[in-house]
Amino acid sequence: MSIETTAATDLGVRWHEICSLKSLSRERGAAALVAGRQVALFRTFDDRVYAVQQLDPFSGANVMSRGIVGTRGDVPTVASPMYKQVFDLRTGSCLDPVGKEPHSLQTFPVHVVDDVVSVGLPGGQGAG
Amino acid sequence: MATDPTPRQLVVVGGGMVARRLVDALRSRDTDGRWAVTLLCEEPRAPYDRVALTSYFTGRDPEDLALGGQELWDDPLVTLRRGVAATAVDRTEQTVTTSDGRTLPYDSLVLATGSYAAVLPVPGKELRGAFVYRTIDDVADLRTYVEQLRTELGRPLRGAVVGGGLLGLEAAGALTALEVGTTVVEFASRLMPLQVDDGGGEALRRLIEALGVTVRTGTATSKIAGRLGRVSSMEFADGDRLDVDVVVFAVGVRPRDELARESGLAVGERGGVVVDDTCATADPAVWAVGEVACIGGRTLGLVAPGYTMAEIVADRLLGGEGTFPGADLSTKLKLLGVDVASFGDAFATEPGSLEVVISDPVAGVYKKLVMSDDARTLRGGILVGDASAYAALRPMVGRELGGDPAAYLLPEGAAPAPTADLPEDATVCSCNNVTAGAIRCSVTDRGCTDLTGVKACTRAGTSCGSCLPLVKRLVTTELEKSGVTVSNALCEHFELSRAQLFDVVRVQGLTTFSEIIARHGLGRGCDICKPVIGSVLASLGTGHILEGERATLQDTNDHVMANLQKDGSYSVVPRIPGGEITPEGLIVIGEVAKDFGLYTKITGGQRIDLFGARIEQLPRIWKRLVDAGFESGHAYGKSLRTVKSCVGSTWCRYGVQDSVGLAIALELRYRGLRSPHKIKLGVSGCARECAEARGKDVGVIATDNGWNVYVGGNGGFTPRHAQLLAEDLDTETLVRTIDRFLMYYVRTADRLQRTAVWVEDHEGGLEAIRAVVLEDSLGIGADLDEAMAGHVEGYEDEWAAALDDPEKLLRFGSFVNAPDQPDDTLAYVSERGQARPATESERSGGGVLIAGTTLEVRR
Repeated sequence: MSIETTAATDLGVRWHEICSLKSLSRERGAAALVAGRQVALFRTFDDRVYAVQQLDPFSGANVMSRGIVGTRGDVPTVASPMYKQVFDLRTGSCLDPVGKEPHSLQTFPVHVVDDVVSVGLPGGQGAG
Repeated sequence: MATDPTPRQLVVVGGGMVARRLVDALRSRDTDGRWAVTLLCEEPRAPYDRVALTSYFTGRDPEDLALGGQELWDDPLVTLRRGVAATAVDRTEQTVTTSDGRTLPYDSLVLATGSYAAVLPVPGKELRGAFVYRTIDDVADLRTYVEQLRTELGRPLRGAVVGGGLLGLEAAGALTALEVGTTVVEFASRLMPLQVDDGGGEALRRLIEALGVTVRTGTATSKIAGRLGRVSSMEFADGDRLDVDVVVFAVGVRPRDELARESGLAVGERGGVVVDDTCATADPAVWAVGEVACIGGRTLGLVAPGYTMAEIVADRLLGGEGTFPGADLSTKLKLLGVDVASFGDAFATEPGSLEVVISDPVAGVYKKLVMSDDARTLRGGILVGDASAYAALRPMVGRELGGDPAAYLLPEGAAPAPTADLPEDATVCSCNNVTAGAIRCSVTDRGCTDLTGVKACTRAGTSCGSCLPLVKRLVTTELEKSGVTVSNALCEHFELSRAQLFDVVRVQGLTTFSEIIARHGLGRGCDICKPVIGSVLASLGTGHILEGERATLQDTNDHVMANLQKDGSYSVVPRIPGGEITPEGLIVIGEVAKDFGLYTKITGGQRIDLFGARIEQLPRIWKRLVDAGFESGHAYGKSLRTVKSCVGSTWCRYGVQDSVGLAIALELRYRGLRSPHKIKLGVSGCARECAEARGKDVGVIATDNGWNVYVGGNGGFTPRHAQLLAEDLDTETLVRTIDRFLMYYVRTADRLQRTAVWVEDHEGGLEAIRAVVLEDSLGIGADLDEAMAGHVEGYEDEWAAALDDPEKLLRFGSFVNAPDQPDDTLAYVSERGQARPATESERSGGGVLIAGTTLEVRR
């Protein structure tokens, strides 16, 4: 099912086709199962797609895809639907820990080719 | 930081406002814990706001009079002994004996015993129906007596207040609120002889008589006559008599100085524990504060100087050097709805004073400024009927006013605001002794950026609140001076406040987020502004909340129309209007819960919450509920939640109106109304108030003549009792009143501002809102009515609409590439026969998990 591509920066990454771009709503997230692993995909206003871990590190629930998508300055963001911590969608870093110790999100590379969205998992992660 | 291992013992005798202030001041400054405080409070309750006692009659409960928070009494270094009086003081042994037989040692003792209400020494003063006016219990006894006697006699009651001073007029207000025909009897030639002059007294008499209160000045009471042991009439020195059912003595107070007398401390000529300007008695271990203290040769019956004394003693106990600066006897009150203020040298006792007087009997206003002989320096003044200039004028006493003094007496709005010139050391808040300089400093040096911050930082305006308009102007001026525009921006994307956004969206007819942010904002929004705009668009009736781009604005709760729980599952709440449900309906909910393995719990809003639903199960759960006739309960929305009701006159022996019927009608009317915060309503079928309607944003209580409506109540973190908005409305007027109140709130409140705070922050408070809602003072009544009519007509069940739209149902897939696959990390254990989320240790321990909601028995 999955297509593997290898780019210079993606050494050891296994790519998984997930869905069509149009099945993702603009400025909203969607959960995806990538080789059995829960990932949150976000399609922003400019049609870029970002992937971060679905697990909210502050609550321990798999809910990140249900957060509100927006911007802080030029940074595309998602706010956890549980306790409202804000994360940079590009890097996963926590921009507003809402008074808690910050935790960041793991991010995953995304390719969109011919309307097909693929997510890369680091080598060894997932069955492929 | 070294904490004294054995703190010294401070015993405070008395549980009034000044005693509380002393403990509060000491605990906030004594960071090392040098003192442990025991407060002996004779009344069975913690210190309360005695100044606001009369408000007890206009619908407030005793708890509403509580001063400050409970935290002070939870402090381990503070012991509050309620219902315990001090019976003796042994100054040699340094001990206090209490009424419950204990002996408390002290290192320092503060007498804060306050005063007794004095009773005129006339025959008949001990009859039933003769009261004083001092404590919550006095006031409660008076109310009970009046209500019982009225029922017994079956006619309106007549009452008299002996004493036409400040307290007497308070008591007259209380009697009037109890619908007792009231006469005020004053020995002096005018009302409030200590605060106002003849002109002011005359204006006051006219204003008060216009309210239906009879005033007899220059009259000495000689006897209270009784029948069957209770008050029936009173006789005056001039031979006149007056039939009365109840008499309230308000002839002043006597210091409760007996502990000092018995322990050999000096007392003043007219009573009161003699203290020097540090509030110390001749015994260095004993202090006296408040009304019991005789300072500078006299006792002072106002709370502000009492607070100053409390602060001085707290300061001295910690080694400070504070002294009593002399009392500011300025007062501003609203008596029977009439503003009265008196400040500085109100009677022009200083030689060479000039008086500037405006007296307008038609408008019911009397204002006088006392000026120095060159008409430049303000010495004092009296304001009756309109005291709006008080906050600006009182701090100017002893200073040059600048300009024509008469300008300050013109009606509100016409007078210049002299705040810019207010000297640094001018006292703005006399209750808490906060100067203009301290307020400015809180903005410039301590980083306060709004009134709330300044209040917290300086305590200005936190007691009586009469200085708040002035504090607000000072803060705004200072912020503007330092280049800060006073920001009410929603977030980094919008400079506008929610209320401003609501207006522009409404007026410009905008219907999409992209249009709104392009015209009025920056960037692509965030979790603050997006739900606000989603809510504003929904309030304006622009269609389904999940339609097109609007879906991106919704918080997850609104987005899936269910309530997110801690493990990522959701709860489902079908609407049960008024809490009325058929057995068939209950069975349907039970079956749905059983089939989907949901945990069920009855909510505080008289409906049923079903927990543990996974996102992909929601459409199937709702299909079952909608098919059975249920609709969304909007438990997930900032919107109308429930209208709680008692069973009402249909079944109840005591009910006077059909509260269930009204609650259902109101719930069906306002269901789905999106608002700045959640809204809850309640309807009680009689005054017993079983629906707890006064804990709701809008509470309706049945009366024999219709409905009383209360607004601005809530539970939650800061519980509030709703305040009376209107009485005895018929159902049609009631509904229109609630329509307007809610719609006005929806349009003008801030983000996440509940009705209680909205009412409080609204310019002019509840009075102004009442004017808008009942008298259409802004001329927007028809507009509000039309908006609510639009809401009622446009209502559709969000869940039924979503189930009919395959596009919308796509959002409920658990995974975009596996829409029916459950989240396998959800784990449940059984507790009391139902599923609950497994804890961390239960998960790692394994073995205890049950299938819970992952097992779906049937569709």
